[in-house]
Amino acid sequence: MTQTKTKSVSENAAHLAAAETFAASAPGPDWLRNLRRNGVTHFTELGFPTTKLEDWIYCNVAPITKLAFRPATSAGTDVTAQQLAPFAFPGWTGSRLVFVNGHFSPALSSLPAPQPGVTITNLATALASGDQLIESHLAHHAGVDASGFSALNTAFIADGAFIALAPNTIAAGPVHLLFVSAPGDTANTAQPRNLLVAGANSSVKVVEHYVSLGGTAHFTNAITEIAVGEGAHLEHAKFQEENLEAFHVATVQVTLARDSRFLSHSISTGAKLARHNINLVMTGQGVDCVMNGLYAVGGKQLVDHHTVADHAVPHCGSHEYYHGILGGHSRGVFNGKIFVRKDAQKTDAKQTSRNLLVTDNATVNAKPQLEILADDVKCTHGATVGQLNDEALFYCRSRGLDEVSARRLLTHAFASEIVNRITVEPVREHLEQVLWGRLEELIEKK
Amino acid sequence: MSESLNTIEEFVASDYKYGFVTNIESDTVPPGLSEDTIRFISAKKKEPAWFTEWRLKAFRHWQTMEEPKWPNVHYTQTDYQSISYYSAPKQKKTLNSLDEVDPELRKTFDKLGISLNEQKRLSGVAVDAVVDSVSVATTFKTELAKQGIIFCSFSEAVTHHPELVQKYLGSVVPHTDNFYAALNSAVFTDGSFCYIPKGVRCPMELSTYFRIEAANTGQFERTLIVADEGAYVSYLEGCTAPMRDENQLHAAVVELIAMDNAQIKYSTVQNWYPGDKDGKGGIYNFVTKRGLCKGASSKISWTQVETGSAITWKYPSCILQGDNSQGEFYSVALTNHMQQADTGTKMIHIGKNTRSTIVSKGISAGRGQNSYRGQVKIMKGAANARNFSQCDSLLLGDKCGAHTFPYIDVQNSTAQVEHEASTSKIGEDQIFYLNQRGLETQDAVNMIVNGFCKEVFRELPMEFAVEAQKLLGVSLDGSVG
Repeated sequence: MTQTKTKSVSENAAHLAAAETFAASAPGPDWLRNLRRNGVTHFTELGFPTTKLEDWIYCNVAPITKLAFRPATSAGTDVTAQQLAPFAFPGWTGSRLVFVNGHFSPALSSLPAPQPGVTITNLATALASGDQLIESHLAHHAGVDASGFSALNTAFIADGAFIALAPNTIAAGPVHLLFVSAPGDTANTAQPRNLLVAGANSSVKVVEHYVSLGGTAHFTNAITEIAVGEGAHLEHAKFQEENLEAFHVATVQVTLARDSRFLSHSISTGAKLARHNINLVMTGQGVDCVMNGLYAVGGKQLVDHHTVADHAVPHCGSHEYYHGILGGHSRGVFNGKIFVRKDAQKTDAKQTSRNLLVTDNATVNAKPQLEILADDVKCTHGATVGQLNDEALFYCRSRGLDEVSARRLLTHAFASEIVNRITVEPVREHLEQVLWGRLEELIEKK
Repeated sequence: MSESLNTIEEFVASDYKYGFVTNIESDTVPPGLSEDTIRFISAKKKEPAWFTEWRLKAFRHWQTMEEPKWPNVHYTQTDYQSISYYSAPKQKKTLNSLDEVDPELRKTFDKLGISLNEQKRLSGVAVDAVVDSVSVATTFKTELAKQGIIFCSFSEAVTHHPELVQKYLGSVVPHTDNFYAALNSAVFTDGSFCYIPKGVRCPMELSTYFRIEAANTGQFERTLIVADEGAYVSYLEGCTAPMRDENQLHAAVVELIAMDNAQIKYSTVQNWYPGDKDGKGGIYNFVTKRGLCKGASSKISWTQVETGSAITWKYPSCILQGDNSQGEFYSVALTNHMQQADTGTKMIHIGKNTRSTIVSKGISAGRGQNSYRGQVKIMKGAANARNFSQCDSLLLGDKCGAHTFPYIDVQNSTAQVEHEASTSKIGEDQIFYLNQRGLETQDAVNMIVNGFCKEVFRELPMEFAVEAQKLLGVSLDGSVG
């Protein structure tokens, strides 16, 4: 026991020292400096999670702790607009905020035309302007102590996206947040912290997009906090297509007020290890939310989704759909929790997790979990692991498709069920392209 | 609505009917656990040296283990030094027939409705009755022996069939398996042993009846069933205990082994004392049950009806090692008052074309907490494995809880695994419909609950199905959802 303790301390030492230095020297108002110090304290206590923790049993983060820790402190100037061209959504007319290694790059970004009541900027700028909203929301939704990663991110809060909508405003167009990891190994850790605050009856669509330039290992440790006000409508799509050496750990924490609508997408095709925590907490009645997810991985990739639909109050609905396509020696982990708190009557919660294994060496670990403490509720969950339907395959073959094309086609249809729920068309088109490419890699002749 | 609230309160207040105490003189060792206690038990039971060593090995391993804390149950921890590890109804000599059994004890069984004589005459079920961990009577032994079936208490098996015991004991649940299995291996005092030889279909249901009688004791029994090639056996297990204020521990181990084409059907109706309505007293039922489908095309089927115990914590599992083997798990778990249950199964698919079915029905009432925790694991070599799981929960009242923790681990692309779960309550429209057909609300509830559990009950042998339905009816006395 003592041995493992000393080991984990030495593994964390570099991170801790860097966090302490940063927390001590980084600028900002007092509350923010306290918050960062709080992150350091919690990281000291928690360290990195081990596979002994129930939430991390299938997700071994040891390679992350072994990776040299070089947190990025600025966007740098190496990245050119040309390099970002492949990540632009076809026919995109909305605004784009580019973050290089977690820091805002004004030169690469195209901010939207100013609109009254709508703030779309980066966190560092908003902090400098002294926006009161930030203090009342930042770290109020995502717990500092949720895991060592959350604590570490909090200790390093510096930049990220900041979107705020005043009550009754509707953003003119969708917002593309592009998080780029610059090639080379001068800085390899990005820790963006994003904050979205939607006032009552406001509406916005946001795409959070993670990519890498170059093929070297890097580590993204992101947290996005979203507060959806009464009656507000929000769509949040997260698309992770980092390189196959990358490590990606991210949390999306959402607080939903009365009568709000929230649509969450998580599409994950990249990274060697990707861990997504998506937590929805319903704090007011009449909320309706959808959690939509797709992962398509191969090689030695590991993709882990942990989702929570927390029904804290009565009369809310949550619907969750997760599809997984697993090739090569990959592992897909899905853990979906539905909590129905005491007295959260008339809850309607539904969860489905479907997984397709396309090779013999892929593994699925699914754990759909229900915890129900109220009696007048409708809660169901289903999880399946299986293969393509033989009859459907036969039908395609009889229409003249070769076996591989037939399998790709049917797998694509399986993925499309998820992709089609995204309402922003250019994003959907981009995803389609990426997916076809991915399926061609994953599904080969048997 | 107010009516339904009242009736739930009545339901919560309904009594445990098996809570009497019988004054049987019993032989009990002072509380405490050490190597000396184990040597004492072993000596008392005149066990051979290899067996004593096996116990000691388990005990030494147990001392290095920590009590597991992961289940979704809350209780004050047991002080293992305050339990007496041996309590036997006093027996003066070896019994030749049932008539020689202590009349007080006979009365106990009569009260339970398990009159040994009557059972023997009417239903043709062979019974092995275990009181406070010691087997007191086994019926039909000679008749079974004619077919080559060995059905006896564990102590007898150790004395008369050491080669079988040595070969199979601990082969499915090793003494290192978990905290309670290690404890059981060290201190278990008796239990049942059953061996069905090749090609024999056991002509009658075999049954064990467990009862904890003495105060401050723990019951640690062990069941070992081996079905040789092509054999078939159906085995029943029932349990009750007196009402006492303190918590008593029941940590049993059941091992099943099925060879080629063999079938074992294991049914349990568990009705240990659940504690009073404030959660005082009751049995801690921490049981390790596991079956090994060792041979090709073998089949193990677990059926359980769990209505008793303050805390139930058990996962009857199947290891599907043989090709084409099958595992089944049918469960009804009812938690009422302050009862907590964390139960489910594990299906480990190792062989090719293995199939498993899981049907779990959880009913929570009062302030009961019911958890289903199950694992379906398809190993890499288990081509064409198939699993279907269904776990449904029924909530009666708004103070209880239902939890589901299914683990699905698949490593083979030809596997097909399906898991479904739902949670519901008894609809007012359902009650209304039955009311207008002339049924009392209470009867309506019983009918709906029985319908909810039907898929499981029909897996039970006839005698047990009737008992289980009655038991559920009694437990639900005065309840409306």
